[in-house]
Amino acid sequence: MVITLYITCYNDALFPETGKAVVEVLERLGHTVEFRAAQTCCGQMHYNTGYRQDSYDLLRQFLNVFADAEVIVCPSSSCVAMMRDHYPKMAEQLNDPQLKAQVEAVLPRVFEFSELLVDKLGVKDVGAFYPHTVTLHASCHALRSLHIGTKPADLLKQVRGLTLLELPDADQCCGFGGTFAVKNPDVSAAMLSDKLQCVLGTKAEACTGADNSCLMHIGGALSRQRTGVRTIHLAEILASTEKSQ
Amino acid sequence: MSVRVGEAASALPFPEAAKKLVANSQLRRNVRHATDIIRTKRGRVVGEKEDWEELRNAGKAIKDHTLAHLDRYLLQFEEACTKAGGKVHWARDADEANRIIVDLVKQYNSDEVIKVKTMTSDETRLNVALEAAGITPFETDLADLIVQLGEDKPSHIVVPALHRNRMEIREIFMKKMGLDTLGYQPEDLTAAARKYLRERFLRVKVGISGANYLIAETGSVVVVESEGNGRMCLTLPEVLISIVGVEKVIPRFEDLEVFLQLLPRSATGERMNPYNSIWTGVTPGDGPQAFHIVLLDNGRTEVLADPESRETLDCIRCGACLNACPVYRQTGGHAYGSVYGGPIGAILTPQLQSMEHSQTLPYASSLCGACYEVCPVKINIPEILIHLRTKVVESGHAPLAERLAMKGAAFAMSKASRLSLAHAFARLGQWPFNDDGKLDNLPGLLAGWTETRDLDAIPSESFREWWSER
Repeated sequence: MVITLYITCYNDALFPETGKAVVEVLERLGHTVEFRAAQTCCGQMHYNTGYRQDSYDLLRQFLNVFADAEVIVCPSSSCVAMMRDHYPKMAEQLNDPQLKAQVEAVLPRVFEFSELLVDKLGVKDVGAFYPHTVTLHASCHALRSLHIGTKPADLLKQVRGLTLLELPDADQCCGFGGTFAVKNPDVSAAMLSDKLQCVLGTKAEACTGADNSCLMHIGGALSRQRTGVRTIHLAEILASTEKSQ
Repeated sequence: MSVRVGEAASALPFPEAAKKLVANSQLRRNVRHATDIIRTKRGRVVGEKEDWEELRNAGKAIKDHTLAHLDRYLLQFEEACTKAGGKVHWARDADEANRIIVDLVKQYNSDEVIKVKTMTSDETRLNVALEAAGITPFETDLADLIVQLGEDKPSHIVVPALHRNRMEIREIFMKKMGLDTLGYQPEDLTAAARKYLRERFLRVKVGISGANYLIAETGSVVVVESEGNGRMCLTLPEVLISIVGVEKVIPRFEDLEVFLQLLPRSATGERMNPYNSIWTGVTPGDGPQAFHIVLLDNGRTEVLADPESRETLDCIRCGACLNACPVYRQTGGHAYGSVYGGPIGAILTPQLQSMEHSQTLPYASSLCGACYEVCPVKINIPEILIHLRTKVVESGHAPLAERLAMKGAAFAMSKASRLSLAHAFARLGQWPFNDDGKLDNLPGLLAGWTETRDLDAIPSESFREWWSER
C-alpha cells in the first residue's frame, strides 16, 4: 500500500526522529511511504488561537497537497483532531461547497498513526523490541476527539521486552494546550506538575504517547527537574528493534 | 443598558489572577479535594444510567427548541403565571432588575430579605443594591452564608464556598456569629448555621430566590436544592420575589422529567435533589401571598443572536464542567473574575458583556474537552471558546507580539520553501539560548514556558531535509 506521510509542521522541525520512525515501521510492514514536500501545517495553532483567516489558507494548502492521496498517516493526534473536528466547519464558514466536498472526501483517508496500524492495516504486533518500562500519556485530543481508546496500549503490549505501567489520572490534561501554555504559563505549569507526579509515580523509564506536543511539554519539565525520565513518541518505540537497541 | 456580570468588568486578566491563586496551596488543596469528591460521585451516578446519552440529547433538544422560540415561551409563561396570581416584571439589565426588586421590598415595608441561593442575583450584584437602599439581605444557603459572612466571593456556581475548608468556615462563623467556641465537624458547623438562620426564617417577611426552571405551559417556577433552606425561604415569607434569567424557561411540565434527572446527577452526584420546590403563582392560605418574578435579559438576547455560540444559553448551571476542568481545578473560581467561573464562565461572562470585558477568559482553557464530555446538555464549550478567541483577535484585542508571531508563522507555513527557510532562521536564532541541546531561558512570548520547562533545541536536520537526502 502507498501511504502518504503528513509529518506536521512541528514534527518536521522539532521531532524528525518521529517521522523517520513512522517510515521505518511502515516500510518494515511492507508498505511504500510517500512524502510530499509541499506540505506545511494543518492550521491548528492559528485556528485554536483565534486566527481563523490564517487557518483557512492552511486548510487550502493541505487540500492542494493531499486531496488525491489515498491513505494519509499523521503521527499527531491533535493535528488529526484539528482536521476532523474543524475542517468541515471551516469549509462551511467559507461557504465553499467545492472545498467542503474536498474536505469530506479526504477526511476518511486521514489516519492517526496508531489508527492506521490497528484499524486500517489490522496490525498490532509490528515486530518491535524495546526492553524498558514505559507509561502512556493519553493526550486529550486522542482521547476525547479521536476516541483512540486502547489502540496505543494495544500496540505497546505487543512490543517485546516492554513493560507498560498504567498512568494514574490518565484522562487529565498535561497543561500544554498549544498557545495555552504560553498565554497561561502559571496554570499550565501547575497542571504539568500534577502530570509529572503521576508519571514519576509509575517509576517508568520513559513516557510515551501519540502526540509530540504533549510529550514536548511533559518532557520539558522532566528535563528541567533533572528527573532522568525521558519522553518518546509511540512510533519511535514501535520502530525500535533488537538491531537498533 | 448597563449589562453587568458581578464585578467582571473590573476584574484582573485571568493569567494574573490565576498566578496568585495557584500559589495558594491551601486553596488548591481545598478545590482539589472538593472537586474530586463531586467528580467521583457524579461518575458513579451517571454511570448507572443506561440512557444517559439519550437524556443528554433530550435535554439539549428541549433547550435548543426553547431558545429558538424564546419569545413565544416567555409570553406563555407570563400569561400563565399572571393568571395564577403572580406578577411578572421584565428587566433589560442588572440595574433595572435591582431597581425593581428594591422598590418591591420597600413597597412591602421590609428592611430585610432572606435569600435562597441565586447566582443571577450575584450577577446583578443585588445585595449591593439592597444594602445601598438600607435593606439587609441574609443569604440562607449554607455556602452562600459562608461567602457572605466571610466577605468573600463565590468560587463555584453550585458550591460557592468550595474553596474553603471546615477550619476556615469555623473561624468565619465564630467571628461573625459571636461564638466563643465551636467544633469543626460538619455537624457542628451546620448546627451553628441552623441556629443563626432559623430565627431569620421565622422573622423576615420577604424572600428572594432564583430559579432552575420556568415552565411555560403552567407558569410554574422550580427550585431544586439540597439543604431545605430554599424550602423555608420559598414557603415561610409573606412575599416571594424571584429573579430569573430569560433562558431558564422550558415549554412543558413533563420536560422536567429530563432535567430532574440530568441536573442532580451532574451537579452534586445525587440521584435526586432532596428538595424540589415547584410553585405556581399564589395559593390562598398556603405559602407567600404575593409572588413577583423578575425576568432578566442582561445580555442574554445578545448571546442568542450569535448562531455560533447561542448554545451557551442551554446551560442548566450544574457545575459539572467546573469540576471536570483541569484549569478550574488548579485555580478555583476566583481567577475568572466573575460569578460564573470555570469553562461555562469562560464562555458566558465575555458574551454577556458583548466581548467588551473579560477577553482573557476564552483563553483560560487548554481545550482538553473534559467540559464538553461531562456537559449534561452537550454544550460544545471548546468550540465556543475558539469562536470567542476569533472575536478577540478579529476585534484587534490580541497582544501585538502574538499577532506578529502568528502572522510570521502563517507566512512561513504558506509555502514549503518558506518553511525550510524559517527552520534555518530558527536554528540560527536559537544559538544564544542553546545550552547543550536544551533551551532553558527564552525571551518574549516563550519566557513563561522556559521559566518552568526546558525546550529541546531545534535539531540540525529537519525531517524534510532527511527525506530529501534519503
